[in-house]
Amino acid sequence: MKRLALALMLAAAAPALAADPSEMLKDPVLEKKAEDLGKELRCLVCQNESIEDSNADLARDLRIIVRERIAKGESTDQVKQYVVDRYGDYVLLNPPFKGATLVLWLGPFALLVVAVGAAFVFFRRRPSVNATPVAPLSAEEKRRLDALLKDEDRS
Amino acid sequence: MRRLLYLLPVAVFGILALFFLRGLTLNPREIPSVLINRPVPEMNLPPLPGRGDNTGLATADLKGRVSLVNIYGSWCIACVQEHPYLMKIKQTGIVPIHGIDWRDDPVEGAKWLKKHGDPYDRVGIDPAPGRTAIDFGVTGAPETFIVDKAGIIRYKHIGPVTPEAWEKTLLPIIKELNK
Repeated sequence: MKRLALALMLAAAAPALAADPSEMLKDPVLEKKAEDLGKELRCLVCQNESIEDSNADLARDLRIIVRERIAKGESTDQVKQYVVDRYGDYVLLNPPFKGATLVLWLGPFALLVVAVGAAFVFFRRRPSVNATPVAPLSAEEKRRLDALLKDEDRS
Repeated sequence: MRRLLYLLPVAVFGILALFFLRGLTLNPREIPSVLINRPVPEMNLPPLPGRGDNTGLATADLKGRVSLVNIYGSWCIACVQEHPYLMKIKQTGIVPIHGIDWRDDPVEGAKWLKKHGDPYDRVGIDPAPGRTAIDFGVTGAPETFIVDKAGIIRYKHIGPVTPEAWEKTLLPIIKELNK
């Protein structure tokens, strides 16, 4: 009985929806398109949430307008451009690759190259332990060594 | 040469510190507007019923004179804070202020102006989903735009217009545009 109740409850639990059901487009394909786009657009109020995730009024307004435009047959890029024209690249959670964002995109790779280069130079310069063959002891050195070792034995 | 190499970490730290220092003084709420030096968006906002006028606010109203466009709402707390200062600006007669009652119940919007005073020349209403506010790139209320004689947006002030912001930033821009 308990199991049945649990199963029924689980079946009834719909997946959490980001958008208010009343905002959603009837056509699931268009709704998916709008949701995917909404996830890439930053909420201007909470700033680290997408407009799909945010509860802010402004995010709701933007969700509605995005859906209106999608429903009218605009492409994802056209709607994205509409929002960027008003809020700038800042509104895109995934910043575009262009002059002003060059450091942002290429900076980490440049640092990696510098680091690998530095490591390469460092390890090449440092003399390896086995690199230079040690010259055999001369007769004089051998004699001194023996003397020292004898000293050691005695003490 | 080798010695200089030892200074490298210090240099890297210095550069990072500069970035962080700059980051400390930036306000993440102040997103630079892309609408600066662009014409005021096309709009034809209906008047605020209960205000005693039926002019509304349209794009053409913003041509011919330097003006301010102030985004407000009766729900907006910071607007209450800036409002007395807008009244003062109105008294000086330096620049007309137009209001956009954003995402508001028009009845409340009119009541609010009766209670706190009405500094506006014209008021237009922009109910949810606030299309005109979005055309202006508004991120919250209050926001104030300076529009020049040709109807081009020249400056956007985010947050309440404080005496300091008025004296140091907005007024000099208005004076410059009025030349």
